[in-house]
Amino acid sequence: MKTFDYARAESPSDAVRRCGPGAMYLGGGTNLVDLMRLGVARPDHLVDVSRLPLDAIEEAGDRLRVGAAVRNSDLAADPLVRSRYPMLARAVLSGASGQVRNMATVAGNLLQRTRCPYFQDVSRPCNKREPGSGCPAIEGDHTNLAILGTSHACVATHPSDMAVALAALGAEVHVTGPGGDRIVPIPGLHRLPGDAPERDTVLEPGDLITAVELPAPPPGASLYRKVRERASFAFALVSIAAVLDVRDGVVAGCRIALGGVAHAPWRAERAEQVLIGGPATGEAFLTAAEAELEQARPLPRNAFKLPLARNLIVRTLEELAS
Amino acid sequence: MDITLMVNGVSRAVTVDPRMSLLDLLRERLALIGAKKGCDHGQCGACTVLIDGRRANSCLALAVAMDGREITTVEGLGHEDELHPLQTAFMEHDAFQCGYCTPGQLCSAAGMLGEPGPSAITGDMAADPDLTPEEIRERMSGNLCRCGAYVNIVSAIAEVAP
Repeated sequence: MKTFDYARAESPSDAVRRCGPGAMYLGGGTNLVDLMRLGVARPDHLVDVSRLPLDAIEEAGDRLRVGAAVRNSDLAADPLVRSRYPMLARAVLSGASGQVRNMATVAGNLLQRTRCPYFQDVSRPCNKREPGSGCPAIEGDHTNLAILGTSHACVATHPSDMAVALAALGAEVHVTGPGGDRIVPIPGLHRLPGDAPERDTVLEPGDLITAVELPAPPPGASLYRKVRERASFAFALVSIAAVLDVRDGVVAGCRIALGGVAHAPWRAERAEQVLIGGPATGEAFLTAAEAELEQARPLPRNAFKLPLARNLIVRTLEELAS
Repeated sequence: MDITLMVNGVSRAVTVDPRMSLLDLLRERLALIGAKKGCDHGQCGACTVLIDGRRANSCLALAVAMDGREITTVEGLGHEDELHPLQTAFMEHDAFQCGYCTPGQLCSAAGMLGEPGPSAITGDMAADPDLTPEEIRERMSGNLCRCGAYVNIVSAIAEVAP
C-alpha cells in the first residue's frame, strides 16, 4: 500500500478544508481500504470523517433524514426505516455481510466503486482507473457487468443495493463542499459512463455527503428483490426495488429501479410510463418490462441478464399487485 | 502515529504506520494471533473481531482509525477455565474441522446474537424474528468455512441463541 497521511476531521467544514488535492475521505473503509491495498486507490492524504456527528436518523416532518455516517446496519435496524421504508431496510440487508454492514456508512455505500474485475486489477487496462487505457471487459469477462446505459469506454455496474431502493424512493443527497451546500437527487447522483467513466458521480473534488433525505413513503406496496449467484453475500446479477399502487385494478402509481444492470441505479421510467393509468395485469407488466429493456445493449456473456431482468420485473409487479 | 485502544479489557498504547490494519496490529504487534488473515479483503470473515461490541472485519479497519475503540478478539471472548457459551457449544457440536475460521466464527456469532431486527430473508421487516437455522445461516454469511462445517456451526449457534 502506498504511504499516506491520516487526519481526523473535527467537523464537516474542517473535513472539506482538509480535503485538498490527493486527499480522500475515509468512512467505514470497507471498500476504500481494500482498493488501497489493491493499489487501485492511491490517496496521499486520508481525511477520516467516520466520527463526524452525522450519525443520526431524524424525522423532518413526513420525511426522514439519515446522517451520512450512519452505519448500514443501524439504518436497516431503525424502527422508522423498517416500518415506513421496508424496501430500503431489505435492500440494505441484502448487501454485503453483517460485519461489513456494521462498518460501512450510508455515504460510503453510495460512493463505493464498481467490482468490475478489470477495475480492481492494476495489471490490466481500465478506462475508469486509467482514462484512455481501454476496456478489456467488453471483449473479456463481462458476465456480471452492465446491459443498460453502457458506452464504448465502460460497461461497469454500480454495486450498491441500498442505492437502488433510494432511486425508487426518490431520495436526496445533501452535499457540502468547496462550492457550498447543495442537494443532489437520486437518480442524478450517479453518472452513466459516457466518455468519462472515471467519474462515478456528479460530485466535485472535496464534496462531502452529509445526509440522505427520504421523502414520505410513496403510496402502495413495495418490494426489494435480488438475484445473485449464491444465496447471500454476493453482488446482484439483477435486483429490483419496486413500488406499486393499484386502485380498482388500475395502476395509480409505480416506481421501478433496477440494480446490477448499469453504471448507476437504473430508474425504469419507460416501464413506469407504460404502466401508470393502465391495468395491473401480468400482460401489462410484461409490456412495460419489454419497453424498458428495449434500450438494453447486452454483451455476449451477459445477455442472460435480459430475460432475468424482464422476469424479475414481471414477477415482482405481479406479487405487488396480488 | 500514536494511538491508544482497549484490547480485551487492557489499555494498549502503540505507535502505528497509517497503512497498518487492525488485524496486523493485533497479530504482529500485540501477539494476539486468534484473529486470522484469510483473504485480507473482507470476504472470508476469519479476521472478525468486535469493535465497540460490534462484529467487524479487522482486515478492513485501519489501526490508526481505531484510536479510543474497544476491541474484543477471540482471546477476550472466554478463558480456558471459563469458556464463552459459544465456545462450549462449538466443542459440543464439533463445529469445526481445521479450526482456521473458528475464531472469526465465534466473534461473528457473539456479535450477531446482539444485533437487533430482521435479516434479508425475514418476511416482515418490522418483525424481530426467531433465530431459526435459516436466519442464522443468512446472518453468518460473512464467515466462510472451507472445511464445510456449516451444519454443526449452525447447530452450535442455535443452541446459544435466545
